[in-house]
Amino acid sequence: MDSLLRGEELCLAQLFLQSGSAYDCISELGELGLVEFRDLNPSVNAFQRKHVNEIKNCEEMERILGELASTLSFCCNHRVSVCLQEQLQRLEVELGEVTRNKEKLQKNLLELREYTHMLRITHSFVQRTSEVSYEEFPFLEKDTVMDYSSMQRLGAKLGFISGLIQRAKIEAFERMLWRVCKGYTILSYAEVDEYLEDPETGEPSKSIVFLISYWGEQIGQKVKKISDCYHCHLYPYPTNNDERNDVVEGLKTRIQDLHTVLHRTEDYLRQVLMKASESVYTWVIQVKKIKAIYYILNLCSLDVTNKCLIAEVWCPVNDIANLRRALEEGSRKSGATVPSFVNRIPTSDTPPSLIRTNKFTSGFQGIVDAYGVGNYREVNPAPFTIITFPFLFAVMFGDLGHGLIMALFAFWMVLYENNRKLKNTRNEIWNTFFEGRYIILMMGLFSIYTGLIYNDCFSKSLNIFGSGWSVKAIFNHYGGFKVSLYQSNLPIIWNLATNRLTFLNSYKMKMSVIIGIIHMSFGVILSTYNHLHFRKKHNLYLVFLPELLFLLCLFGYLVFMIFYKWLVFSAKDSREAPSILIHFINMFLMQGDGVPPLYPGQTGLQIFLVVIAVLSVPVLLLGKPIYLNWLHNGSQRLGMYRGYERVRRNSEEELYLMRANDMEEGSSHNEFLHQAIHTIEYCLGCVSNTASYLRLWALSLAHAQLSDVLWAMVMRVGLRMDTRLGVLFLVPVFSLFAVLTVSILLVMEGLSAFLHALRLHWVEFQNKFYSGTGVKFSPFSFSLLPSSFEHDGLL
Amino acid sequence: MAELSFVITMSVVTLFWAIVGGIVPLFIPKGPNRGVIVTMLVLTSVCCYLFWLIAILAQLNPLFGPSLSTDAIWYLRYHWP
Repeated sequence: MDSLLRGEELCLAQLFLQSGSAYDCISELGELGLVEFRDLNPSVNAFQRKHVNEIKNCEEMERILGELASTLSFCCNHRVSVCLQEQLQRLEVELGEVTRNKEKLQKNLLELREYTHMLRITHSFVQRTSEVSYEEFPFLEKDTVMDYSSMQRLGAKLGFISGLIQRAKIEAFERMLWRVCKGYTILSYAEVDEYLEDPETGEPSKSIVFLISYWGEQIGQKVKKISDCYHCHLYPYPTNNDERNDVVEGLKTRIQDLHTVLHRTEDYLRQVLMKASESVYTWVIQVKKIKAIYYILNLCSLDVTNKCLIAEVWCPVNDIANLRRALEEGSRKSGATVPSFVNRIPTSDTPPSLIRTNKFTSGFQGIVDAYGVGNYREVNPAPFTIITFPFLFAVMFGDLGHGLIMALFAFWMVLYENNRKLKNTRNEIWNTFFEGRYIILMMGLFSIYTGLIYNDCFSKSLNIFGSGWSVKAIFNHYGGFKVSLYQSNLPIIWNLATNRLTFLNSYKMKMSVIIGIIHMSFGVILSTYNHLHFRKKHNLYLVFLPELLFLLCLFGYLVFMIFYKWLVFSAKDSREAPSILIHFINMFLMQGDGVPPLYPGQTGLQIFLVVIAVLSVPVLLLGKPIYLNWLHNGSQRLGMYRGYERVRRNSEEELYLMRANDMEEGSSHNEFLHQAIHTIEYCLGCVSNTASYLRLWALSLAHAQLSDVLWAMVMRVGLRMDTRLGVLFLVPVFSLFAVLTVSILLVMEGLSAFLHALRLHWVEFQNKFYSGTGVKFSPFSFSLLPSSFEHDGLL
Repeated sequence: MAELSFVITMSVVTLFWAIVGGIVPLFIPKGPNRGVIVTMLVLTSVCCYLFWLIAILAQLNPLFGPSLSTDAIWYLRYHWP
């Protein structure tokens, strides 16, 4: 328990690692996660460190693995352990080759297919013309191609260019041809039916086969240039039918061959990837571990003999034995003859704070740490927060039904907490709720209790014990009533009363003030732990006592008056019941004459308390600086004596405390200013924090009213209809009621009450004793390494 | 008799929370979590007892009672046991 209350004791240790076994020792330490390494080369640039090349290699391997993981669309989890860097590089080269081959083959295939299409379609152009024979001149406005023979009769040199072009570009192509060649070319084109894959983008797109016939050599050059411009794929146009048939046959066989080769290549690729996927996961982890070890080796420094590495670590005192064992294990694994060893060294630096938590307490520790990690060995508010935080939440939330739903939800999460699917989702909001499942469970349970006492269940009251108010008296004799009280919760009759809120407000406000003052006093009392532990006994008398007296004399007395009024004044003298607030104010102003006293001797007692409280302020303000000043002055004369004392003490904690004492006395101005700020903060804070606790009243009122409104506006409307239609109508009304209850009352109000309870803890409770300016102990552990692959969702 | 019922209620509840906060912690087995569990039990009993105490003391000598509408009074007189 000591660990949770205060944090563990840490010490600084030096590790002497033999160069041969350094790697294995650090690997052992990483598995155990015991120690935090300090940087012994802080002035060295990251690129000048010793093991920079190894780290670069590791990053190279990580890159290869990343590419590998992204080409894999599936992944098995076989644990086959293989070795690394050469394998990875070989794999990368092989994959690259195979992929390139495959791309080349695919490009080839595409060309052949285009050629086939082109031949087929231009054949259809020619087929069309042979059905109708023309004797006329060709360059009329017919867009069919002529036969060779008739052209040659004209004596012109006819050329053909044929190929494929993308469908989007055909019109521009045509226009350009017309403008440039001015009718000396004829373009005919038709669309290809099937989608062909565009090699650059890999998307299927439509292409158009075109056939250009032209006269003259120069026109031919121009047409070629234009078609190059438009990225057309040109293929040789066969001159006669026999040639065409030969080409078509040849193409067919070639396409078939290519298909087979392509299939084989894809199969091979898939095999290689499957083999790799078995081990990708373990490779990733291994590379990460190696990189982490090299980072740590970079933090070490070489000793004078250059034969062994020195590392400085923060280690918990209780774990030094484990540390030794880990080093022995590492030395044994690497087969070193000389073992590495650990040596504890004294230091005056403040160690980081380590607080060990289990799955239940880690949530509460988390919300304390969110405010600030505690100083080394300072009192940790977390074990108290486990109960007080849900309690304050429940005071603000107090509803039996809602608390029950919340507790059931949290209970479900706790029962299934080992379900992997629940643990490893990417949804941030769900993760937040899941991490806090124990907090929500406690909050729900306490809400059930406070709901029972407030007698509020979905805004209706339960008649468990019967009401203490008897109606008979009211019935018979107006104005009087009989009270019998044997139940312990707010009687149900208040729910029917019209002056319900008057009673509730008075009750809840007083309750908030009482709870608040007790909470704050508890915080002040906790600070004694700190004073005693850090050996500052003077703080006990000069800081704690004035603070407590101030708080209790003023506000403790207020609590006393509240209880007194409850116990002493009853309905008989309700006319003369005094207002506590007026008495309180009068106490400060030292007037008491206008109002009758609560009890005999009240004025005297009040004056006495006010005087004590007022006197404690200057003690708080000046006591500590004056005392420290006197100590400092006195010590200058006794310097020799204290030095002698220091040599005798050999405990590290003592040394640390002595140094801290020395440094504090440094400047008395500083000390005085610090103490003045603390005094003002504390005294003003007492008043404002007490008022701040009234939010307990405000939020519980808001919650009760909201649930009342929801019931009245939604559910009652459904329950009012008493015909058969009403039954049907009730179903959607209830679903609406349920949805609104969960979303508004549970989620929104729950979050709001959570936030306010958190604020009450962080500000009003913790500023009485907690400073929270420490550093968290972050051990070197492989399990804590961030996993970037998991973030990318690849594994 | 109001006094007797009050005394009984008071002592029963006080005894209950005193057992939870004072006697049960003595029976928690020694383990790493003993301190946390003992703290939790003590704090729970203190908080819950305090809350209940405030609730009952506030109603002990009420300065005013619920004011009901006439319908409510009639209903309660004849329909409640």
